[in-house]
Amino acid sequence: MATPPYITIDHLSVNYRDVQALRNINLTLRPGKLVGIFGPNGAGKSTLIKAMLGLMPVVTGRVTYGDQALTHQLDRVAYVPQRSQIDWTFPATVWDVVMMGRVKKTGWLNRFSTVSRQLAKDALERVDMLAFRDRPIGALSGGQQQRVFLARALAQEADIFCFDEPFVGVDQKTETVIFKIFQELAAAGHIVMVVNHDLGESITNFGQIILLNKELIAAGPRDWVLTRDNMIRAYGGHVGVFGHVA
Amino acid sequence: MSPDWVRWFFEPLQFAFMQRSLVVAIMVGIICSVVGSYLMVQRLALLGDAISHSVLPGLAIAFLLGVNIFVGAFIAGIISTVMIGWIHTRSPIKEDAAMGIVFSAFFALGITLITTIQKDNKIDLNHFLFGNILGVTVGDMRDTAIITALVLVAVALLYKELLFYSFDPLGAQASGLPVGWLNAGLMVLISLTVVASMKVVGVILVLSLLIAPGATAYLLVPRLHQVMVLGAVIGVGSSISGLYLSYYLNLPSGPAIVLVVSGLFALAFLFSPRYGVLTRAGLWRWLWRVGA
Repeated sequence: MATPPYITIDHLSVNYRDVQALRNINLTLRPGKLVGIFGPNGAGKSTLIKAMLGLMPVVTGRVTYGDQALTHQLDRVAYVPQRSQIDWTFPATVWDVVMMGRVKKTGWLNRFSTVSRQLAKDALERVDMLAFRDRPIGALSGGQQQRVFLARALAQEADIFCFDEPFVGVDQKTETVIFKIFQELAAAGHIVMVVNHDLGESITNFGQIILLNKELIAAGPRDWVLTRDNMIRAYGGHVGVFGHVA
Repeated sequence: MSPDWVRWFFEPLQFAFMQRSLVVAIMVGIICSVVGSYLMVQRLALLGDAISHSVLPGLAIAFLLGVNIFVGAFIAGIISTVMIGWIHTRSPIKEDAAMGIVFSAFFALGITLITTIQKDNKIDLNHFLFGNILGVTVGDMRDTAIITALVLVAVALLYKELLFYSFDPLGAQASGLPVGWLNAGLMVLISLTVVASMKVVGVILVLSLLIAPGATAYLLVPRLHQVMVLGAVIGVGSSISGLYLSYYLNLPSGPAIVLVVSGLFALAFLFSPRYGVLTRAGLWRWLWRVGA
């Protein structure tokens, strides 16, 4: 089997309303390891993912997957936005939300196929939410909602998974379920990127750490990135954020 | 001998103008509820108001040029949404402020144009503002039927894409859906619906038919397509009963329809099994504690 392609970020700079949000980011993201993106509030973590996927305009730079622009291969991407971006009172059931993961693959004017329904079912089963399929999305707990969104991403059959703060407002069980699936996805050769707010001990789950604060502070294995120097450069004086500084 | 209510129902229908207005009111009741459901779930109610007020100058210019007024109104509605989007993306002005500026400017221009030309032409500003359903022509009926067919076919064909886009625009964009086009398509559907509704309720009250049926249904059923179908039933029911009220009690038809649909919303607000203010267990407990 050929080695799966990786993502190359080349001289990426992004502005947010005329203020520089990211400056000259150069990075390579390889499949196989769970990638954690860390940094203080306003460091540009979500912006990095949004800019990679073309959800916000880029000032300069290129993001490629294999030998083509990533934005031309969005059908291989599953993205789960921050929970604050979603209107949880929307009239949709768990099933409706998971089937959204099949919309692009199904194509214009087509109805969902039996295969799509099966994929959605399997995905709900995997996050232990199949019993809730007919519940309104607004009637679930935060953790259950996040698992439904993970199921939607799984149903997309993507190669690249991007999650923006998936652990905000979730219970312990959900965190365990989500991390287990993230690890399985990474081990299966997918690229899995996770923006994190503050994870404490859970940071040991990540095989590659990206430390950002408007620019790239460091990227690589955990022990290599989380040095005292890097932490001070990212967080200023507030180094106590991680329990795990090497 | 037929019972009274049958006679009560059929008596207005002996008039051709009542038949035409009833057909148009039913079609408008359907598409307003369906398209308005998207406005409601996307929190764009104000945009519906903006588009409906903005169609007036297009209507006046079309009348002057001798073009179909539906076409002129539609073009003005589209131009106003483009301008709103333009102002709010190219300046620090927020979207609601941009809407407020654009729609009042268009509305003022429309009123100015119509008052200027209505002296020399047989048109009446009030008919555009509040509807003139009893003046529905066969041509209006044909145009409304075409718009209704277009809107319903478009919503049916794009349902899954529009659902994804309305619920999670970022997720939809990241999956590769052309969200810019989906949004533009939705604006076109809203403009078409507003244009079709002018005769029935007029541009000022059309917002009620766009929002209230969907909002009522939203309090009763949990999925978007159910909100649309039940909303359409509520919209059609309100249109028909409003029209009969207007016939028998000699009320203006647009306001009568709006009062019926608002009344239905009030009932759902008070008595919906899930969200009703008077039916939720929590309220009874609260009243019990306050009373005790």
